[in-house]
Formats: sequence, structure tokens, C-alpha cells
Amino acid sequence: MPVKTTTTKMVSTREAYGETLLELGNAHEEIVVLDADLSKSTTTAKFGKKFPNRFFNMGIAEANMMNTAAGLATCGKVPFVSTFSIFASGRAWEQVRNTVCHSGLNVKIVATHGGVAVGADGCSHQCIEDFALMRAIPTMTVMAPCDAVETKKAVTAAYHHKGPVYIRLGRAAVPILTEEQDSFSIGKALIMREGGDVAIIACEIMVAEALKAAEMLSAKGVEASVVNLHTLKPIDRETITMVAKETGAVVTAEQHVLDGGMGSAVAMVLAKESPVPMEMIGIDNRFGQSGEPATLFKEYRLTADDIAAAALNAYNRK
Amino acid sequence: MKRPSIELLEDKAKQTRRHIIRMLGKAGSGHPGGSLSAIDLIVALYYGKLRHDPQNPAWPDRDRFVLSKGHSCPALYAVLAETGYFPVSELDTLRQFGTRLQGHPDCHLTPGIEISSGSLGQGLSVGLGMALAAKIDKKDYRVYVMLGDGEIEEGQIWEAAMAASHYGLDNLCAIIDNNGLQIDGPINQVMSPLPIPDKWLAFGWNVIQINGHDMKKILQAYDEAETLKGKPTVIIAKTIKGKGVSFMEGDADWHGKAPNKEQTEAALVELA
Repeated sequence: MPVKTTTTKMVSTREAYGETLLELGNAHEEIVVLDADLSKSTTTAKFGKKFPNRFFNMGIAEANMMNTAAGLATCGKVPFVSTFSIFASGRAWEQVRNTVCHSGLNVKIVATHGGVAVGADGCSHQCIEDFALMRAIPTMTVMAPCDAVETKKAVTAAYHHKGPVYIRLGRAAVPILTEEQDSFSIGKALIMREGGDVAIIACEIMVAEALKAAEMLSAKGVEASVVNLHTLKPIDRETITMVAKETGAVVTAEQHVLDGGMGSAVAMVLAKESPVPMEMIGIDNRFGQSGEPATLFKEYRLTADDIAAAALNAYNRK
Repeated sequence: MKRPSIELLEDKAKQTRRHIIRMLGKAGSGHPGGSLSAIDLIVALYYGKLRHDPQNPAWPDRDRFVLSKGHSCPALYAVLAETGYFPVSELDTLRQFGTRLQGHPDCHLTPGIEISSGSLGQGLSVGLGMALAAKIDKKDYRVYVMLGDGEIEEGQIWEAAMAASHYGLDNLCAIIDNNGLQIDGPINQVMSPLPIPDKWLAFGWNVIQINGHDMKKILQAYDEAETLKGKPTVIIAKTIKGKGVSFMEGDADWHGKAPNKEQTEAALVELA
């Protein structure tokens, strides 16, 4: 497998979502889209412009929006529900849990503005708990794609999957890391780089940081595998166990609180299948705040430097 | 549909009240008060108005009924059993391990249940989604959602009320079981949602007020709601919590308490 390298093309995952919805909407009449007065930011407004009869702005009322989607789904529609991740996973959590998931409905929640990378809007709009909240719900599928190309695949896969799905997307433009021809299936992680000394498992925009960290490590003679865990649930036990066994040391990296996030999901697998020295990069029991994404990444220790340092720690504990 | 006589509807209501008491007595827990206040409205709907087919619960063109006040499911289970969705004998399994008749409705398990409910405040939004789907597909099925009067203290009800009016969903009909009591006491003492009609009018709904134990008035209200175009309709049905069992009537303590053996027998004598 060729080693992937970062490119300079920058596109936000939310933009890719808006484009993908247009394509899916063309092909599938049963797709309807709901938004809660953030359709310009989530980019669902593009769908609304092209398919006004299948687009419903539900106003600033996320709980109602989530259950309206549930009702539409009972009648054979495939609703894509969008707002910021804090509102989709937080404000409407119990609607997602009790009505959407318990009823087993085919509702696709695509939430943008995940993580501290939201930047200047600050804490109230930086969702760093959605993985934990959504993972905890029985039957839910949770994805966090790393770039625009993968977002298109994740959103398309969500459409074809029968049942509730939550996808976290981001606000900021991020580099394209994956290629059109890379395979994508829900629950199957993508190995972005192979190395035998340590494995970095990352999701969402932290995959870019992980790849940079791998380059830094390589310069020091430590070769890292980088696993893009785009699906948090169902989790890819096979790949996680395989890389842990091959490298003997694992680092996870996510823009999320450490409690209940992707790292803890990986730890749950490895504690049983292959306990190895493990380090976790994530937000440690703090809220976000205003600032440039790069500044915030430094403040919360989410940078490639932090990942590389954690990787060396894990490596040295072997 | 050929509409049954008022006498037959009243007989069905009495029979399903007996089912409610029997199944709750056997289960040893559950919610008799709101089941007994709602049963006449549900019987009238299923026997006199709703287009449905118990042999084909997934019929795409069926009218939908959402029991948003899910704790009153014994009433709905009794009617679903009597109309043929599942055997009447199954009512005895209410709330037991492995039953299809869960303590609150589970749409995966029970034929005829449109959506899982029990967490109050969510059903009107679900009905709104169903009504929107009908409009998108240019279908003429109607959607009925039963709410508790305590339930309308939930903020989401008013989000849904605003949205249903915004989208002009005249195929949506809310039915409020206005028995005046919630778990902790009278609604106007716990957290008053009064005046109820004014609030719905202000949210852009048609409002019909009836006695929720008068079969003729209930059917008239369902018919009238269907003729009103351009807006959703709410039927505010004045009811009595525990209606039909003298010692349960008007007593909030019977919201979520099952009758014991003696109370069950006494209630069944009253409902004979």
C-alpha cells in the first residue's frame, strides 16, 4: 500500500455534505432534509434551493425537528437532519434516543461544527461530547469522516444503511487526505500509513494531525501506522486489534473529551483483545473557548507535536 | 366506512374499560387514570373514524394514530386487541418480561403501534412528520395525535404546534385528554397550562371543545376536524381521570397505580 501524504487542497467537510445531498437528492426522491435555521452554515440550503418541496426549515427548535424527521421516516422518507453538533447530539439527545433509535427509524443526523476547531464562536458552539452521547445509544451508527472525499462516501453510505446514523462534520476547510478510489464501508477503518513501531488511531480532522505526527516520528526513526477510524460505532475491532498486535503501542487522537470518546472506545476493544501501552490525545475535562483553531489545538494539546510526543511515550512503554 | 351505532361504541368502551382494569390488576403496575379518561376517544376513533386495517397494519394509506401520552397504552392495547391487531388473550401479558405489550408503547413489538412513545412531549412532532409526508406524497391519510393535558407543559409540544401551523397541516389533528390531573395533582396547581384553548388559537390552530365521554360529540368533532382546511385542528376533550370506576374518578393518585385484587373486582362489578 502506498504511503499517503497530505495535499494542499482544502475543503470543509460541511461543504462536501451539501454537494453530496444534491447528488443523492437527484437520485432518490424519498430523501427529505430538515434544518433548524442553520442551513447556510450546514450547507443544506443548497438542497433547499434545488428541492424546495423536500426541504423543511424547522426554525430554532431542534427537539421538534428530530421527531418530525422520525415521523417522516415512518412514512418511508429518508430524512437528513442537520444543525450544529452541539444541538443535534445535545439539545435533541433524548428525542434521538427515545423516538428515533428506539423506534429503529431511518433518520440520518448530519451535524456540523464539531470540536474546538469551530474556533472563535467559543465553548457554547464547540461540541466536544457528541461521540460519547451518540455512541451510548443502542443501535446508533456514529461516523466522523476526515475530509471532503470521505464525507461524500460517509453520507452516501449513511443513505444506503437502514437505521439511524450520526455523522460529525466540521466547520473549517481541511486538507483532502483520502482518494476517490479508497474503499469505504461503515465500520471498516482505513489504514492511511503503515509502520511497525506504533499505531496512531485518529478520526475526523485529527487524521491530518496524525499523518503529520507520523512524518515527525519517522524523522526520529520511529515508524507509525495511521488508522483513520471514520466509524466509531460499530467499531472495527479487527483492524484495531491487528495494528495493536503489529506495533505493540497505540495512540488515539480526537477532538473530543477523553471521557466516552473514540479513545475510550478503542481502549474497550484493546483491553479485551490486545492490551498494549496506550496514550490518548483528546480534551481532558475542560470546556472549549474562543480562539483561532490552531491556537486552540495548541492550548488543548491536539497538535501533531502532541500526538508525536504521545506516540513516543507509548512506544517507550513497550 | 360504515359507522357503528353510538350504543355499540358505548358497549365497546365499557368492554375495553374492563380490559384495562383486568390487565392492570394482573400486571400489578401501570396507569389506570389516564387510560380510563382516554378510552372513549380512542374507541370512537378506531371504530368510527380511522381508516385502518388490522390485518395489514403497514397499509401505506392508513390514517395514523400516535399515542403521545404513552403511559395510557393499556387503553390503546385494549382497542388494538378488540379490533384484531393481536389476540385479546395477550392483554394478560401486559408489562411482563418478554411481552409484546411493554409498559410504554414499543412499535417494534406491538402490531398497530405507529411509534414508540412514553417520553412525554414528542408525539405531536412525530405526527407532524407523518402529516408532512402525506402532503409531500399528495396522499389523503390523516394523522391523529393524543396528548395529555399535563403533557402540554412540555416545551416541545409548542415547537410542534408552531411548526404544524406554519406548514398548514390540516391533515393533522391533536386530541387533548383534558382530565385536569397529572401525577403530582391538578394541572393548574402543578404547572398551569391554562387557558388551553387560547394557547392553541394563538398558535394558529382550529380549536374544538367537547365532552370527551360523549360518543356522539366525539365523532362530530372528528368529522368537523376533517372539514377544516388550511390549519391543523386540536380537539380539547374534557374528560374525567379514572372515568367509569367510582373510586378512581378525579383522583390523581390513580394516575400510576394499579388496582389490587379487591379493587379490580370492585371495578369490574361497576363496569359489568
